[in-house]
Amino acid sequence: MKKLLDWRWTPWVALALAAAFPFISAAIDAQYLVRVGGVIGLFMILGLGLNFTLGYAGLFDLGFIAFYAIGAYTTAIAMRAGVPAPAALILAVLVSLTIRALLGLTILRLRGDYLAVVTMGFGEIARLTINNLDALTNGPKGLQLAPWRPLSFISSDPNVQYYLLILAAVAAGVAASSRLEDSRVGRAWIAIREDEIAARLSGIPVRHYKLLAFTISAAFAGLAGGLFAQWEQFVTPESFVFWESILVVSIVVLGGMGSIAGVLVGALVLVGFPPIMQWKLSADWINYRYLFFGLILVLVTLFRPQGILPSSRREAELTS
Amino acid sequence: MLIQQLVNGLTLGAIYSLIALGYTLVYGILTMINFAHSEVLMLGAFMALGLAALLPAVFGTGLVGLAGMFVLSMAGAGLINVIIERFAYRPLRHISRLAPLISAIGVSIILQNGVFIWISTQSLRFPEPVAIDQVNVLGATISSLQIIILAAALLLMGILHFFVEHTKLGKAMRACSDDIQTAGLMGINPDYIIALTFFVGGALGGAAGVLYGMNYGSIKYNLGFLPGAKAFTAAVLGGIGNIRGAVLGGFILGFLEVLASGYIPNGAQWRDVIAFTVLIIVLLVRPSGLLGEKIAEKV
Repeated sequence: MKKLLDWRWTPWVALALAAAFPFISAAIDAQYLVRVGGVIGLFMILGLGLNFTLGYAGLFDLGFIAFYAIGAYTTAIAMRAGVPAPAALILAVLVSLTIRALLGLTILRLRGDYLAVVTMGFGEIARLTINNLDALTNGPKGLQLAPWRPLSFISSDPNVQYYLLILAAVAAGVAASSRLEDSRVGRAWIAIREDEIAARLSGIPVRHYKLLAFTISAAFAGLAGGLFAQWEQFVTPESFVFWESILVVSIVVLGGMGSIAGVLVGALVLVGFPPIMQWKLSADWINYRYLFFGLILVLVTLFRPQGILPSSRREAELTS
Repeated sequence: MLIQQLVNGLTLGAIYSLIALGYTLVYGILTMINFAHSEVLMLGAFMALGLAALLPAVFGTGLVGLAGMFVLSMAGAGLINVIIERFAYRPLRHISRLAPLISAIGVSIILQNGVFIWISTQSLRFPEPVAIDQVNVLGATISSLQIIILAAALLLMGILHFFVEHTKLGKAMRACSDDIQTAGLMGINPDYIIALTFFVGGALGGAAGVLYGMNYGSIKYNLGFLPGAKAFTAAVLGGIGNIRGAVLGGFILGFLEVLASGYIPNGAQWRDVIAFTVLIIVLLVRPSGLLGEKIAEKV
């Protein structure tokens, strides 16, 4: 009995429950929840990505959604040019990684709040460029994609298919994150976050590791963006505004910076709560969504700076 | 054409400068970016709109009413900034550099969405403060509105200069900006000076909000974001923490933007991109800005 209650099993139980979720909701006639679940999953991937930059390496990024946008638009443009869907996803990841690495090479020597403002600037540049570059992106009117149905042998409902695909991506992201966290690289990141100068003096190549964390982030965002584009079959610049970047930051801060479980819970709460409130209370609730994010950011930093499910390491840092 | 553009650049630059001063004053003392500053500016504009409806009954229309609306909106915006500092930044001052920034972003979202939900989701018409005349100078048409905006901005900058350089409180502010701990040992109450700085910065931001409303003729809950981000660019361009730098940076950015949208094909579409590109280039090439001094890394 003691073995069964072991915490080691929690991720597997959670995964099994999440995988069974679409079939349960079909049974209780609440299929729209699958859609909500898929969106939560996309933001889990984004949160896991930003966790590398903000959580592990402690670099503030306010323009993260730009790489979600780059992933989505790369996929859309590639698929319209006849590239097969899985290849378009890979391309989305590669393009996001490349642009992120180039950006990181130029801006990563900036510290703290300067970095925050420059990434915010980059996010706006990316959105405005997508909006203005009519020839490539069709401007504010957006791009339409041909449907791609990857898992039609499991369910005929595209929402269920994409839900499961996104779930698989989340699981892969969690596995990759936890492997990296426990590696030499992960320890180097945490050393940099705790004290950059001490880390440098201990022989850690700080710039190299910062760039690595910064770049890996974009792989997650690019993948999430690609899946989003294929699921929606439509992309417009409207989906990638500044507030979406803030939402991803809120997810990581609320859950607990540097904590994988925290990021998952953060996404579940912040992305799942508004639609459920809207459904249970009133349609007006959607207007209060951002007010709610703002309150969470302020209250969490004031009263629980370590987040809901902090990593033990981070908690020690904040209380010391 | 060129003179016309220069006048427009001067008006826009004056507004950016006023906002940039708010960022720079706060940064000079706390080395933090007051992310909610753009919302203080927006609230200043909304207060002015409310007062414009109320005040004619008290002060009458004309210049007295205009001045009353201005001063009250400034005081209101300054007060809001002080309250934000007291509750959202002060408890976090010694935790980490990231914490106040996150809290500031939260405050910014709350204020913006508060106005969105409880006041208006749409653009509201901002009343014309005085009857507008057009003056012809060297082939350029200058409206009396532009003259008022420029005059008000320059007047405020003059007052700020006098306050910072020639009064005791200004001296205390400069002392805190140099070294806040030592200033505390010399009998200056740092909490008081920080609150004062937030008040002055917020008041200037409120004034900029009113001028922004006059210049564009309408205001909206999200009007603060772009000018706020650009004014921050201006403050960085001039050297953040440096008062003269903020004014210089504001005018440079105003001119750049107006010239770019006037002379580059399709420039109007790209004008916002220009500001952010300038920001990135400045931070990369000269992080201390045009007039800023290089700050050594503290261990």
